[in-house]
Amino acid sequence: MTVAVIQFGGSNCDRDSVRALDHLGIDAERVWYEDGLPADATGIMLPGGFSYGDYLRAGVMAARTPIMADVREAASEGVPVLGVCNGAQIGCEAGLTPGAFTINRSARFQCERVHVRVENADTPWTRAYDEGDVLSLPIAHGEGRFEASDETYDRLVDEDRILLRYCDADGAVTEAANPNGSRGNVAGILGDRDTVAVMMPHPERATLPDLDGTDGAGVLRGFEAALAEA
Amino acid sequence: MTAYTATVTVRLKRGVLDPEAETTQRALERLGFELEDLRSADRFEIDLDAESAAAATDRADEMAERLLANPTIHDYEVEVTQR
Repeated sequence: MTVAVIQFGGSNCDRDSVRALDHLGIDAERVWYEDGLPADATGIMLPGGFSYGDYLRAGVMAARTPIMADVREAASEGVPVLGVCNGAQIGCEAGLTPGAFTINRSARFQCERVHVRVENADTPWTRAYDEGDVLSLPIAHGEGRFEASDETYDRLVDEDRILLRYCDADGAVTEAANPNGSRGNVAGILGDRDTVAVMMPHPERATLPDLDGTDGAGVLRGFEAALAEA
Repeated sequence: MTAYTATVTVRLKRGVLDPEAETTQRALERLGFELEDLRSADRFEIDLDAESAAAATDRADEMAERLLANPTIHDYEVEVTQR
């Protein structure tokens, strides 16, 4: 299996993502967006960064590139797709997932460790955890506040498509533990299929043991889990 | 064909938090200005040629739908003038 980590102009977590996946024994390679999606890609990762300088809105320019049409098609066929940080913004802008990630409540870029609670452990991305588990993951974003209409948010809740919520160290989902003002403390959600997920925290920065914690490794193992279930 | 300028104004929907506008408002207040509220918006001025004002409006509408605005958080309006 090979996970295609798609590199746009301004992506900057593509190497970290490949290294973290390699560490887990998951074959991964960087793919320049103009080269198109490799036909044999068994997974797709949209990495973090600042594609196109966050012009207009974070992620929107990358979301309109031709390769994203191929990503949407692959996603609809069940190929696992994970968008992280700028990749999450791209995923929402491309319609892989509903809602939008927009400017933090603080109006500032925030780079810090947060806690997130696993809301649904019955997905490839969270198979390694139990529902209610609290993970320590880094965030680094200026536009990470999740927004969705009442109708969309209710549908996500009803369909159990909230993946992660910001919480305190004990797992309590509180306003104080919400770093960016996200609706419902949402940190990550699922697409139409549970093989598609986006999240603002960085699991690939919490996978290598020498980088202070490995709580994110289970998320990346979702690429294996999705294929095992297919 | 006629030359038009389509002005697309993209603003946050009512009720969507606008941290940049709040920060700007606080900065104005620190400068001693009195104000009730402040809203910000993005304005795009697009020069284009079209058969009619209606056709120019349609094209600018599609630009807003497909790129300039995000329907989750934005409303937009289009105004077309001859140039």
